[in-house]
Formats: sequence, C-alpha cells, structure tokens
Amino acid sequence: MQLTINNKIYDVDIEPDTPLLWVLRDEIGLKGTKYGCGIAQCGACTVHVDGEAQRSCQLEVGDLEGSAITTIEGVGTPEALSAVQQAWITHQVAQCGYCQSGQIMQATALLMENNAPTDEDIDDSMSGNLCRCGTYPRIRAAIHDAATKLQEG
Amino acid sequence: MGRAKTIARRTFLIGSVAIAGGVAFGVYKVKTPHDNPLADTLEPGQATFNPFVKITSDSITLITPHADIGQGVVHMQAALIAEELDLEFGQFETSFGSPDAAYFNTALGAEAVPFASFDEGFAARTMRTVATSAFKLLGVMGTGGSSSVPDQYEKLRRAGAIARETLKLAASKEADIPVSQLSTKNGAVVFPDGSLRTYQDLAASAAKLTPVSDVTLRDPSTWRLIGKPMKRDDILGKSTGTQTYTIDLEIEGMVHAAIRINPRRAEVLEYDASEAEAMPGVSRVLPVTNGLAVIANSTWRAINAANQINFDWAEAPYPAEMDAHWAEVAASFMEDRLDQEWRSDGDPDAAMESTEVLTAEYRAPYVAHQPLEPLAAIVRVDNEGAEVWAGHQLPRFVQQKVAAIAGCEPDQVTFHNQYSGGSFGHRLEFDNITLTTEIATQMPGVPVKLTFSREEDFAQDYPRQIGMSRSSGSVKDGKVDSWSLDIATVSAARSQSARLGLPAAGPDTQIAAGAWSMPYAIPHLRVRAYAVPELAPTSSWRSVGASTAGFFAEGYLDELIHFAGADPMEERLRLCTNPIHRQVLETIAEMSNWGSDLSENQGRGVAMVESFGVPTAEVVEVTNTEDGIKIDRVYIVADVGRVIDPVNFENLMQGGVIWGLGHAINSEITYSDGIAEQTNYDAAEGMRLYQTPEIIVKGLENAEKIRGIGEPPVPPAAPALANAIFAATGQRLREMPFNKHIDFV
Repeated sequence: MQLTINNKIYDVDIEPDTPLLWVLRDEIGLKGTKYGCGIAQCGACTVHVDGEAQRSCQLEVGDLEGSAITTIEGVGTPEALSAVQQAWITHQVAQCGYCQSGQIMQATALLMENNAPTDEDIDDSMSGNLCRCGTYPRIRAAIHDAATKLQEG
Repeated sequence: MGRAKTIARRTFLIGSVAIAGGVAFGVYKVKTPHDNPLADTLEPGQATFNPFVKITSDSITLITPHADIGQGVVHMQAALIAEELDLEFGQFETSFGSPDAAYFNTALGAEAVPFASFDEGFAARTMRTVATSAFKLLGVMGTGGSSSVPDQYEKLRRAGAIARETLKLAASKEADIPVSQLSTKNGAVVFPDGSLRTYQDLAASAAKLTPVSDVTLRDPSTWRLIGKPMKRDDILGKSTGTQTYTIDLEIEGMVHAAIRINPRRAEVLEYDASEAEAMPGVSRVLPVTNGLAVIANSTWRAINAANQINFDWAEAPYPAEMDAHWAEVAASFMEDRLDQEWRSDGDPDAAMESTEVLTAEYRAPYVAHQPLEPLAAIVRVDNEGAEVWAGHQLPRFVQQKVAAIAGCEPDQVTFHNQYSGGSFGHRLEFDNITLTTEIATQMPGVPVKLTFSREEDFAQDYPRQIGMSRSSGSVKDGKVDSWSLDIATVSAARSQSARLGLPAAGPDTQIAAGAWSMPYAIPHLRVRAYAVPELAPTSSWRSVGASTAGFFAEGYLDELIHFAGADPMEERLRLCTNPIHRQVLETIAEMSNWGSDLSENQGRGVAMVESFGVPTAEVVEVTNTEDGIKIDRVYIVADVGRVIDPVNFENLMQGGVIWGLGHAINSEITYSDGIAEQTNYDAAEGMRLYQTPEIIVKGLENAEKIRGIGEPPVPPAAPALANAIFAATGQRLREMPFNKHIDFV
C-alpha cells in the first residue's frame, strides 16, 4: 500500500491492521512519534491525519491510503523550526522530552483551528496528552506565545 | 573517636543502596584516586586532564556521568565544566562515558547517615566523611537521591579548572610566554597580543604534561553560566522529535523482542505459545525468568504475538488481595518490628496522660512509577562479553547484572547509557536489562531489542512502599505540646537491596524520612519507624520515604494545630527554630499572602517537608465547587543553597508539585488475585493539564550546602492539598489517593 507522510509517498508492505504508530517507527524509521500506552490514553503518538490530531496507535494503516499524514518530523526541523517548536524552546518546556512530540502535534492542530485559544480551549485540547514530568505550566505558556506569534504573522 | 568507630562498623541503608561502613578498609586506600578511565581511550596527541575532559585535535568531549532522566543533568554537568574551562555550548560534545569507579558519587554517602541535614555535630560530620569514603572506595556510581548537583558542583568545576590551567601551561611552553600573561576565552588560550590558540590545537602538547593540580576556583561573581538562565543543551532535540531514547535505537542486525512475565512474580506453570509462533514475522519463542520472550522482525509483531500466548501462572509469593496487605501493615506497630526510634524529645506519654488526646491514622498506597518511555534495552552477547544500550541510573550494577547472566566479567560489559524518557525511580531497577540479556545469551552475536508493552511495564513495576501512620498528640494553652508519630511501611530500600544482591542490615533511613527530622521544637515529640515485612516488592519512587512519611507528618500536624485552635502557619512558625527552615516558612507565608481573605468555599493549606537536605514549603489554594475540588494555585519555596539554572529549577519545582499532587489525587496500585489491577494510564493517570494549577516558585540560597531539586518538591504537595481541602470543606483526608474520598474537577 502507499502512504503519504510529510508530503512524501512511501510504499509499505505490511498487514493492513498494523497501527500507524508502528509503521512510522519500525517500517519507515520516523522515530519522533512515540509509543506510550497503545490505548489512546497518553497522546505520545499524536500525528495529523488530513490536518486533524489523531492517536496513531489507534489508526490501522489499511484505512489511511490517500490520507495526508504529518508527523513531528513534518512540522519543522532543527534547522527550520515551526512557530510552536520555537515557542517550546523559548519556554524551555521539555524535561525528559518523551511526550513532547505528541504535545507539539496536538498544540499545532489546536492552533491551526483556533489561533487565539483561551486557557479553557487549551485545557480541552491538551488534556489527552500526558506529561509525567509535569511540564504543563510551560506547555500552556508556550501555546499562548505561539498563538501571539502566529497572529502577528 | 570511640563512638564514630562503633557506628562506622555497622552497615546502614542508603535509599536504594546498602553500603558497608568504610573505616575497616583503611585511610590509605580511601585516599587513592581511581585511575582515569579516559586514559585508556586516548590516541597519541590526544589529551585527558581528568575523567571528565577529553580533547583531541578536532573535538572536545565533556563526560557527564550522571544519568539524564529528564532532570537536565547533562546540561548541568557540562555547564559546571564549561564555566571554568571557558567553553561555550556548541563547542563541545557530551558523553555519559563508560561506567567507572572514578565517577563515584561523593554526595550519596553524606546523605546516607542517620543525622539531620542541619546537624553539624561531631558524630554527624564524622559519619558523613566515613560514608563518603565508603562510596569512593566501592566506586558507587549512581544517579538518585537528588544528589547530582551536590556530587558534581565542586568536582566538575575543578575538572574544568585543571584542564584550563594545563592548556595554558602547554601554550606557555609552546610560545615561551609566562602562564600569568595568558587567559582563556571561548575555547581558546588568549595570548597577550590578542592572538588565539584553540584547545584542540594545544591537545598534542598538553598531552605530554602532567596536569596542573593546584587550581583556584573562580569567584561566583565572575560566573558566565552558573546561576543564570540557560538554554538546555537537549532542548532542540526534545522540541523537534530528534532526541533519541533507548526505544528509538537501531543496531545493525537487531531483532525485536517482547515479553510476557508472570504478573504474580512467580514461575510459569504451563503455557501454549502455538498461536504466537505461527504469527507473521515471529521467529522464536524463548524462555526467560518467570515468562517467555517472543522474537520477531518488528516491535508490533513481537508485542502482538506475545499477547496471544496462554499462560497458567503460579501463585504470588505475597498476599493475593489488598486486605491482607493492609492487615500486615496495621499489625506492624509492634516492638518486634521497630526499625528505629528516630526522635525522642521530652516525654510524650507522660504529657498525654491527663489531657485530651487527638489520635489519627493515615494511609499511603502502592503507587507505580510509569515514566512515559516504556522500559526497553538492547543487548548483544558474544564470546568477548556483552554490549548494552539502555538508560539507567546505576551503570556499574548494570555491568554486574549483565555479566552474571552472560557469563563474563563486569569489565567485559560495555554499557552505552542513554537519555531516558523519565524514570521517577523506575530506572534503578534492572528487569529490562536482565531479561534482554537472558534473550541475547540464547542468540549469541545478535543484538536483541526488548520493548515492554505498557501493560507489562505496569505489571512488572516495583511500586512505592505501602504504609500507615498512627499519631496521638495533645495541646496546651493553645499550642502543640506533645506528639507520638509511629510510621509503618514496607522497606523499599531492603526490597531494592535484595535485588541488587547487597546486604541490608541496620535501620532503613527512608521509612520515617521527612518526618523524624522535622525542624519543630515540640516539647514532647517521638518518631518511631516500623518495618513491615516484604509484601509486594517495592522500590524508590520520586522522593522515596518522604513521599509517604511527609504526608503522615504534615497532615497530622495540621490536625493537631487545629485542635489547639491555632493558625496553621503561625503555629508552624512558632515551633520552627532552625533559621534556614524558618526563612522558608516566612517566605511562603509572605508570597502566598497567608491570612488574607478567601471566599467561603475556598481554602488554603500549608506543609513543609525536608527531604534530601532541602527544606521545602508549599501553600495550596483550592475552591470547593459544586462538582468537586478545584486546585487554584500553589506556592512553593525551597532552599537549595545555590540555584544552578533558574529556568530548569522552576521547571523541576513545578513538575515535582504536579507529580506530588496528581498521584495524591488519583493513583494507586492495588493487587487482586496477586496481580496489579491497574494495567495502563486510564487507571493511574496522575495529573493532566486541565487540573494543573498556577504554580509560583521561589528558590532561596541561604543554606550552606548546595542541594538538588529533583525530589524535594514532591513530599509537601499531598499534605498541603489535604490541609487546604480541610480548610475549604472541613473534611480531613487521611488516605491517598484522595479521590476515594472526595471528587476533583
């Protein structure tokens, strides 16, 4: 089957019920998307499918042919950071960093839909993403900061 | 010296590691420094000045041996060296280095002794010296107990200064200009005419010199890095998905493994793996201790197949149901199980004889660690030894564990430590590494990567100690007068020591940690620790003993103050005589505007617990809404002697508060049929973003000794929240998790 990931087409020969998460990590080698729980409780595996934040551990690749998939590697790179990633660095959000790919993907999806989220909007959008280190106050601040920057264009 | 000698010959427990007292080994050996492990790795023309700095003609490597489990210690360690060596971030690489005795932890030993952190008496000082010598002699290399900063603060600055002065000496000899006319800046020696010679260019000539040992550390007023906000070296990778963890590593020729282990921690009676063996991508099913491993060509196929094996598990070696665990804890307040009477001021029994006595019982459950990166490891075993890739806090024990299984010597085990996706104490345990080694030993030459499913990680976790306290106390003239605090928990330290193969005699310093050393001058105060015999195996959980004993102590103290009719803050201040602790309390009272009006459905609670030498106070403000308790705001103050990086400090303080609050609210591990009932985050979620309060942080620098901040914010969180909820609702919470008794929004 063919998957479109970060605007590139990948030919994948795999059982169609394999979760996207494991295809990204083990077959394609995009390791930025993380395994945390496997049951959509932690958000570490969050990617975008056609612009919407989804838990890749719950998506069967057989259902994704023709969809545009974006991973953390597709939103920005160390050389060309997205506004959200820049805000994450400015606010020194990460501790262990393991959840942050998923947090950034969820926050990016939120800001694509709503470029001026309130604290309540952030609560609603981000509460499915666990951070065991407890970086939530900085995540909140970074989202507000990124929103401001995006509004300024 | 008589008393110090007697104590030193005992064996005592250090959080997670038991150590024999050191004097028997003799002063000479203790003073002998360990060989520099970097010397073995050098080619001609490369220089190493100590175990922490290595310079070649094209690179500079700083060795940062403490494990980075999210707390940012790679950056911290590098900054300490770079400060004295005049390096900028970007000019060097960092490496965890190879496990070596030279990296022994100088701070764990000092914390191991049963004296209060503020006790500078003869016995306390002597014991700290003896314990530190023991750690040095044994080369105990460990990350834990918030010890990385105290361990490295002097040592790494000195390492940087030695390298700097040796490079200056090399430049002086090359150019025939006196050292006194040379300076260093930006990775280079600066000559009087302003010309530069980089450290890399000087490596070959510096390598021929004996390193300069007589160095003076710079005055803090001249620091460029320490004490100022820093951009963490790992922040770019962790904001772009490019930081790799063990679970992301690929080694050529690697196979993937998944395991199923008896969740009752006993043997396998029978199994049927025929379905798993026939699944796509599965190559083998192999036996491991108490379970089976599936080898496949991808993580998913391995995990998926492992889940299709049917097992008949043997019974657990501990009680199958929770009632029996609690009954054992409750039965442990007896003379036979008295581990240590830690404090005995005045005569509480006499003081309580003819007055009204307030009694209360507190409970703290088992709680899982569950860092977000699941346990994983890669191991390759062959005739030459073994190679291991994993994130771990005790590298030299990793070598021992692997060697014992692979049938080689510890020095034949090459260990590549990795950045870890959290730990909270989980990466002091070895199951991921020992199980992978068991598999790899059955497949010589093949690198085996084992990834735990989250369900296996929960089932095989070693949770925090279960425990209870029983307090009785009395008041006099509106003041706290007497208090007898008895604490009974299982000994996580003994449970860990047994798995490490270490002796565990002497009292467990953690059972009453954070309680017995309280800086309150209560006229009659007794604190006794009782050791509950091992039930389910347990381990160090972020802040260890203080996470339970701190709750027991500060929860009940609040009750006793209320019983006296006094104000929670004013009475604590009145009782607090130690000046460092007192300043922490005064600061939090001022910051939180203690005493100012709140609305009727709001409440405010305070708690102060000292752990790992750091007095830490928190004030929590809550609102009792129609749907449950909402945590509005938390203030936190801690005195660490000196703050290395105010940004990372704030992040760790906030994270510690969130860890403490979240687990106090909603997390426990319970056993039914001998199996942990919680199998994933849906049943033990900790705090989520919508529940997270505003957290206002302040670090004080009055204490004489520098301390770490990874753990001290945790213990006061639970009691401060319980005390705030009482203030808002009149309901006392004496058992965690609190959501068994009250709703939260």
